[in-house]
Amino acid sequence: MTRRNALKIAGATLGAAAFAKAIAPIAEWGAEESVDEFLQKHYRELSPEALAKVITRLEQETKEDYGAEVHISDPRPQEGVKFGYALNLSICVGCRRCAEACHKENNHDRPSGNSYIRVLEMQKGSIDLAQGNVTYTHPVSDSEKYYMPVQCQQCDNPPCVHVCPVEATWKEKDGIVVVDYNWCIGCRYCEAACPYHARRFNWTKPEIPKEEINPVQAYLSNRIRPQGVMEKCTFCLHRTREGRLPACLEACPTGARVFGNLLDPKSEIRWVLANKRVFVLKEELGTKPSFFYFFDK
Amino acid sequence: MSNNAPVSRPRFAPDPARGHFYNYVRFLWRSGLDATDGSGWFYAWMTLLSAVALVGLNAWATQIQHGMGVTGMNDHVSWGLYIANFTFMVGLAAGGVMMVIPAYLYHDEEMHDVVIVGEMLAVAAIVMCIGFVVVDLGRPDRVWHMLPGIGVFHWPVSMLTWDVLVLNGYLLLNLHICGYLLYMRFIGRTPNPRWYVPFVFISIVWAISIHTVTAFLYCGLGGRPFWNTALLAPRFLASAFVSGPAFIILGLQILRRFAGVQMSDRPISILANIMRVTILINLLMLASEVFTEFYSGTSHTSAARYLYFGLHGAHGLVPWIWTSVAFCVIAAVLLLRPGVVGHKVQLTVACVLAFVAVWIEKGMGLIIPGFIPSTLHELVEYTPSLIEWQIMAGVWAAGLLVYTIALKIGLPVLTTKPGAKH
Repeated sequence: MTRRNALKIAGATLGAAAFAKAIAPIAEWGAEESVDEFLQKHYRELSPEALAKVITRLEQETKEDYGAEVHISDPRPQEGVKFGYALNLSICVGCRRCAEACHKENNHDRPSGNSYIRVLEMQKGSIDLAQGNVTYTHPVSDSEKYYMPVQCQQCDNPPCVHVCPVEATWKEKDGIVVVDYNWCIGCRYCEAACPYHARRFNWTKPEIPKEEINPVQAYLSNRIRPQGVMEKCTFCLHRTREGRLPACLEACPTGARVFGNLLDPKSEIRWVLANKRVFVLKEELGTKPSFFYFFDK
Repeated sequence: MSNNAPVSRPRFAPDPARGHFYNYVRFLWRSGLDATDGSGWFYAWMTLLSAVALVGLNAWATQIQHGMGVTGMNDHVSWGLYIANFTFMVGLAAGGVMMVIPAYLYHDEEMHDVVIVGEMLAVAAIVMCIGFVVVDLGRPDRVWHMLPGIGVFHWPVSMLTWDVLVLNGYLLLNLHICGYLLYMRFIGRTPNPRWYVPFVFISIVWAISIHTVTAFLYCGLGGRPFWNTALLAPRFLASAFVSGPAFIILGLQILRRFAGVQMSDRPISILANIMRVTILINLLMLASEVFTEFYSGTSHTSAARYLYFGLHGAHGLVPWIWTSVAFCVIAAVLLLRPGVVGHKVQLTVACVLAFVAVWIEKGMGLIIPGFIPSTLHELVEYTPSLIEWQIMAGVWAAGLLVYTIALKIGLPVLTTKPGAKH
């Protein structure tokens, strides 16, 4: 063996050892992922039996990771239902109870205080978002201001859905844009595409104390999301598809929020759309929101 | 080490009695051996690159384990250094075509001799593009979800799927062209133009497509007014045809100096002439964008105001963009001097400045301000974390490793004339 070859072999061995050391954190992380999880198919390609198995696995993982007993269901859209939301800007006081209710209902990461709702404190006389402020800390409400909570607008022409390279997000029959948290690859293209800052990314594994976990969960909505995937408001489909109201609406102390079936002519939301001066955010973008704002004074 | 430098390796010579499949494997094996033999400087360079790549790999592994919270990104600025570098790299890959066009369209013999330097740059740059996309994914373990057939490929609606197609197509085209020419040299035959010239012409059009599609990723988003401009794709191309030739001029000078490659000044002079035009087009488009943004004064210009002058006390990107503008202007002035090709120091300075200017412009000057202010007009600034810088350096090092190896294999083609004994 020549000196050169000996040096080459020594170098290659050293390199291989350094390589193994460098990727060690991946091995540590990968040990947590089961083969079933890795090979899981897209939500819409899962048979009822396969989905049931997935849900059982997810419930077990929640038990192992968080110590909480949860029940994950998979409520489907109802025939003849398309959900719409309207918000009365004349009476919203900016208390952010809706954002807080969302935080708890949807099992958001506690340290980041995440919520699907951001409340903008707006200047009277302008609907320019640039004049708004999200980080106000004074007691509400300021009589010089009005308040505009913003969450997913469940667009009929959703840019976030169009851009997803793997169809991990789509619009359901009842109008709700959902994410398959087990299919999303975490490229965040949808987050760049959304004009309403409605999407969130799980930058870390969500941290929630066992006793604070909401055990009533659904596969497409508030189950605890894995690290590295997108999440968004689902109009609380685990509640609303069962005939209940979204958590943000129930938490609102002023009754500013109106939720209902846009296809039902007798619904309250249809009455609001017919009788109030209604507008949608960034109408010029052609996203066709199912979320409406109105003033009644 | 020089006492036993290999002169020839009859063990791995082609065997004319066997088929192409057998000989191609032999060719790859021989190439692999060639790529791991060299001078002390070569080993030092490769060791350095390997070390940096390993640091990056470790940083990426840490990011996978702890989540992307270890980066400086957040829900407001959701793309950062990785996608910035990805965008720049697509341009670098496309820029290599500025050697291919003179060589094949204008039959410039001397450019033809070194054109493989540009084609190999395309290969290395695409490898880096793929690297930067993968390190940006929250779930790299799920990349297979994108594979047509076993995953769900949202084509043709998602522009990202188009980008996957054009980038991989460009990689394959250039791998084929380089591989075919080198393999023909290996078995001692004259390359048959039928097997590579059509692919070269396809690759010219394809080079335009990769940067156009990448621009469409951004300019197709109506909710991001800073990106939502028809000028984006043309500007991407103009800047790509600045950074690509700049990199190749620097590379050719290094090869001439340190790798003993014999060549005239002509390829460098052609590339410098291309840069003279493209850098001015790039500046013209910059001026056009700046005018449109600032003269109208609509509320959609807050990202541009943040970028160039700062907004409401936040001005993290101001030093970046003015550095870029200044470098670009200085490079343009230097390049416009008639004697610049003969003046190697000036040419080198101009190329380095132009390269850095475009890197900033495509990254800190384009991707980041698209997110600031956010769609609800919140002003959250972005500073890359140490891990992001490490991963970026790692991907660059890996790409340069690929490029060095490719050149090491391709060098015999550059240094010997067709028909000469190997």
